[in-house]
Amino acid sequence: MSSSDSTPKLYKAREPIFPRRVSGVFRNLKWIIMILTLGVYYVSPWLRFDRGPKLPDQAILVDMANRRFFFFWIEIWPHEFYFIAGLLIMAGLGLFLFTSAAGRVWCGYACPQTVWTDLYILVERWIEGDRNARLRLHRQKKLDFRKARLRVTKWIVWLLIGLATGGAWVFYFTDAPTLLVDLVTGNAHPVAYGTMAVLTATTFFFGGFAREQICIYACPWPRIQSAMMDEDTLVVGYRHWRGEPREKHRKGIDTSGLGDCIDCMACVNVCPVGIDIRDGQQLECITCGLCIDACDDVMDKIGKPRGLIDYMALTDEPREIAGHAPKPIWKHILRPRTIMYTGIWSLVGFGLLFALFIQSDIDMTVAPVRNPTYVMLSDGSIRNIYDVRLRNKHGEDRPFQISTTGSDDLLVDIEGGEDQTVLVPADGTKLQRVYVIAPAQSGPATSDRTPFTMWVTDTTNDDRASTETVFNGKGN
Amino acid sequence: MSKKQDKTEVETTGHSWDGIEEYNNPLPRWWLWTFYLCIVWAIGYSIAYPAWPLIKGATTGLLGYSTRAEVAKDIQTFDEMNAGINAELAAANVADILPNTPLGDYATNMGAAVFRSNCSQCHGSGAAGAKGYPNLLDNDWLWGGTVDEIAYSIQHGIRNETDDARYSEMPRFGADEILEPEQIDQVVEFVLQLSGSEFDSALAIEGAVVFEENCAACHADDGTGDRDFGAPNLADAIWLYGGDRETIHESVSEARFGVMPAWGQRLTQAEVNAAAIYVHTRGGGE
Repeated sequence: MSSSDSTPKLYKAREPIFPRRVSGVFRNLKWIIMILTLGVYYVSPWLRFDRGPKLPDQAILVDMANRRFFFFWIEIWPHEFYFIAGLLIMAGLGLFLFTSAAGRVWCGYACPQTVWTDLYILVERWIEGDRNARLRLHRQKKLDFRKARLRVTKWIVWLLIGLATGGAWVFYFTDAPTLLVDLVTGNAHPVAYGTMAVLTATTFFFGGFAREQICIYACPWPRIQSAMMDEDTLVVGYRHWRGEPREKHRKGIDTSGLGDCIDCMACVNVCPVGIDIRDGQQLECITCGLCIDACDDVMDKIGKPRGLIDYMALTDEPREIAGHAPKPIWKHILRPRTIMYTGIWSLVGFGLLFALFIQSDIDMTVAPVRNPTYVMLSDGSIRNIYDVRLRNKHGEDRPFQISTTGSDDLLVDIEGGEDQTVLVPADGTKLQRVYVIAPAQSGPATSDRTPFTMWVTDTTNDDRASTETVFNGKGN
Repeated sequence: MSKKQDKTEVETTGHSWDGIEEYNNPLPRWWLWTFYLCIVWAIGYSIAYPAWPLIKGATTGLLGYSTRAEVAKDIQTFDEMNAGINAELAAANVADILPNTPLGDYATNMGAAVFRSNCSQCHGSGAAGAKGYPNLLDNDWLWGGTVDEIAYSIQHGIRNETDDARYSEMPRFGADEILEPEQIDQVVEFVLQLSGSEFDSALAIEGAVVFEENCAACHADDGTGDRDFGAPNLADAIWLYGGDRETIHESVSEARFGVMPAWGQRLTQAEVNAAAIYVHTRGGGE
């Protein structure tokens, strides 16, 4: 970074990073999260859920063409998009909560960029070897057969992972088994191939080459996160009051005045973003905890207590320097800020659950026609017209009957149907023109506005839904 | 945190304002490449697509892309898609097209579009009409409210120059001095009585005689009109030109001569049928 030139450099080349293999608590946690997240991502489109003959049997399906979203027993129509909005709000609040409690845990463990990069580094290690082997290969200028073979093998595996990533994505949007056959036989829609190509390319490039550059330069989340962290937020830190002065423990030197850090560089070598955590909190750090694993391993070997590098909060530093016991983790996490985030998060969650339980299989939207507000018939009676959108969420056609309450003078008639009843198609809607008539000289005909309730009844099981609307008379 | 702060101190540019110094954090080099790549892309794009403004128009681009051509292509695609159902609609007997069938739904939607482009200028976008232009939402029809009658009215029009147009002409009872002024006053009071409005009973009794001799031939003895002549029902609550004393007096004296073009000369058969079905399903269809 620092150059001795008097003219400052405007651009710098990326310094390649070769993270060394590490094992420990946080590495295991990252493996588990990787298996879970990738497993859910790749397997979900293949789960089946029986909804009857007229509806798709894919458990999770974003059916763009028919404007439907299926999630097991839940079916969301475009007018119920607030469920998605609610889930996004919960996801946002969840991120706030986790960030204020434990810093960039999202970045370190669950972010797709981190998970896929981790997978790509794993592949890289399998094919080219661990850190030192990769460094040697990188520094080897001559492109001999071995280097070419290793590079090409790695890129092919990366591309296959990218292809599977893009492939899994498109399965969420249409019937997965059908699409797989179409993809293989070359009959799938160009959009499917295009999406797969784009996602393969971006996965290959972001996971294989861009890696930490995405987190440092492209992603806005790290900048937003720094506004959510405070002095009690858990971050990965180095206990410099324990470690310094650092020095390699060579034979014959007096180690009594030295700190615990033996300057072995283990924490630096395993870091996937290429920083030295001993320099303090840095913008690049995604708090993945791998340096903790690496350092704990070294501390065990040299017989020193673990935790030279550890999850801790800013407030721990003065406390521990003053010789107090460290504050328990749960005391850092439980504070008004995190409790409030949890409260709001739960509130939205319960709201969504409540909305889900009162969700009806039959629904209507009533739009009074205001051009004109009323029509006079030859016998002097007054008629209002309503464009009524009827929704039938059942997997079969249902007869819906329209009626009114709220005024005894109002009569109902519908266009193109008998007995105020119309057949609404399975899992579909019908725009029905409904007439409401008030006899001449009746109250609603002679007054300006008469509120009433329009009802729709599913005559097969007497399910009902209603909407408040208004009848426009000719006034006095 | 570290005591070795000096090791990580970021270089400054040496610029200083009121003690505030400027860090020199260099941009990543790939950022610069991306920037150059965008310039290259922009040059390629401006060659391939319409881009540079000229005095008349703009460069067309090597790919020959134009949004106008895209729209024309889309329209052609939809026309081809609908060719089959349009032919079916044109060949069908309008009375046989049932609601809540694919053809019926198509006809209603197409009719709505035809109506808005061709009919709404007189009949209003909501089909509620205006003075002299019938309201198509109510159940009062001058020439008949079945879908066949409506289709005929649209196809051939009313009181126009074509041979098959619906035609009738009301005499100008006042302007041509067929009736004496006092007879007109009398018959106006009788018409007011017919429709249930307030009237002068002394004049209306005289007016009944005038009506029977001059008006009943077309408007019928009870004033309910005759659809064969497009003669309005004078006994209901609906007035085409207005139901007050002055307007009725003007109608009797000057007569009315509402005209509608023969749309069959301008619209396709499918469009005429669609418009007929649309009008028929506005609430007043018989």
